[in-house]
Amino acid sequence: MTALSANGAFAGEFGAALLDPDVPVPDGIGGPVGAPAKKRYGVYRNNVVVGLMEVMRSAFPSLLALMGAENFDKVARNFIAVSPPKSPMMQHYGDGFADFLAGFRPLAKSPFLADVARAERAFLRSWHARDAVAATINEIAGMGEAALPELVFEPHPAAILITSKWPVADLFDRRNGDGDGEIDLGEAQCLLFTRPELSVIVQSLNAANAAFAGALLDGERLGDAAACGFDVDPEFDFASGLQTIFSSGAVRTTRPIAPHIP
Amino acid sequence: MQDSILGSDLQGFPVDDRPLPPRAGAGLKPAHVADILANRPAIGFFEVHAENYMGAGGMPHAQLHAIREHYPLSVHGVGMSIGGEAEIDREHLARFKAVVDIYQPAMVSEHLAWSTHDDVFFNDLLPLPYTDETLDRVVRHVDIVQNALGRQILIENPSTYVIFEQSNWEETQFMAEIARRSGCGLLFDVNNVFVSSTNNGTSPSDYIATYPLELVQEIHLAGHSVDSDDHGNPLLIDAHDRAVADDVWALYAMVLKRAGALPTLIEWDNDVPQWAVLEAETRRVESFLDACAGPVSPARAGHDQLVTS
Repeated sequence: MTALSANGAFAGEFGAALLDPDVPVPDGIGGPVGAPAKKRYGVYRNNVVVGLMEVMRSAFPSLLALMGAENFDKVARNFIAVSPPKSPMMQHYGDGFADFLAGFRPLAKSPFLADVARAERAFLRSWHARDAVAATINEIAGMGEAALPELVFEPHPAAILITSKWPVADLFDRRNGDGDGEIDLGEAQCLLFTRPELSVIVQSLNAANAAFAGALLDGERLGDAAACGFDVDPEFDFASGLQTIFSSGAVRTTRPIAPHIP
Repeated sequence: MQDSILGSDLQGFPVDDRPLPPRAGAGLKPAHVADILANRPAIGFFEVHAENYMGAGGMPHAQLHAIREHYPLSVHGVGMSIGGEAEIDREHLARFKAVVDIYQPAMVSEHLAWSTHDDVFFNDLLPLPYTDETLDRVVRHVDIVQNALGRQILIENPSTYVIFEQSNWEETQFMAEIARRSGCGLLFDVNNVFVSSTNNGTSPSDYIATYPLELVQEIHLAGHSVDSDDHGNPLLIDAHDRAVADDVWALYAMVLKRAGALPTLIEWDNDVPQWAVLEAETRRVESFLDACAGPVSPARAGHDQLVTS
């Protein structure tokens, strides 16, 4: 007999053929009139693969729109075969999809897809993130100018910045179904995901604003973060950049930190 | 931790010992929540899959909190792999316990099935052979879960598409023995009985006649699709994508006649219809429950007070 009968072990052989249609149906299973049970076992194969495809489709609607259903399904099937879930928390399934796309040779001519996958993960992470009250700009309204550069902000748990050398905002936007015109692949864009309440806010940031926001979310002092913005663009609008941080709910609290001891 | 319920500071509900009322319940779908909260339909309870509420925060928890404010809740796990060879995943169990601790559901249930092996989670309820070895393992796993949660859980009979040659227990007796040895209760899925019996070429009414219905605390009903197997024999699939079949309603009436009124859930997880369609199915359940002989149980009276207050 097969592994199906040894010491109550059955799952290894039963599971081995679920994700690989080339692996034969396990021995030792059948219907009321015995084997073969290819169609019967196929119900499990179908449940597993269709279920995971559905998870992928709903997690990556922008990629689905950009690639088309047929191409997306082919690629997702490949991903499922090499990276099946390792946790029952399906909201995390697809975390490795961006890296998979980046290394997937048939898509080498569409290197921007990996960044779209990263943006779609960021959206879901923001959606499920821990709840917290976002700070408003009033918190710093009364502070003297001298104190501002020393401020450090605590990122809101749902705030995630995605930087890209591709037009990731326009590409991500395809999930909304509006427009299938040309996207200028020469334009670099960045996306800020925030969720001060229940809906995720998706904002496209220019390079200077993204450098500023990224530095702030990494815990840099406000003065140093502003310098990051000016490094990218001498015309960086600091006041407007700071307004964006607060209006989007990207930070939860502010606190002054002790000045350097010279 | 940070990206799961274990890293959250969600507000919990007070300890609540009220049982699930012996009325019709519905599987909760996010698309229906606004409608439900606006109109507060007279539904006995809602049931959710625990795994859908293991994130740290956001809309899923906001919706479930609002539903739990107004309705009794049943938490149904689909990923514990109680029938698996691997030991219970302690991190998953901790998340499951967090969901239960926060929402204080009236009922907690899982499946006689497995989904995890060698670290791979297959995201389906897979079948197991019924042997002394698998029985020992299932009982041990149920025990681990009940000890961790500090409460009894229900185990649901599966819908199956294959028979294992090595099985030497009848499923009905296997379920009874799990309950006897672990102290768990049973969740009786009548559609699964019809699906499995048809697929196995056996009689669903014989199954019901030999099932330990006295251990059943909740019933599931759902729709199935129809296919055929390698020999051209009927192969029913537990699709949860349509209304409950007439054959299954007939079996449900048979179960109620023997067991009395029990909390009964309509599961509709795929091709989810408008709320009104699902609500109509629950009203059909209520008509069966109303026809049940016997006085209204204290649990039911208590619930009526809850929803009208």
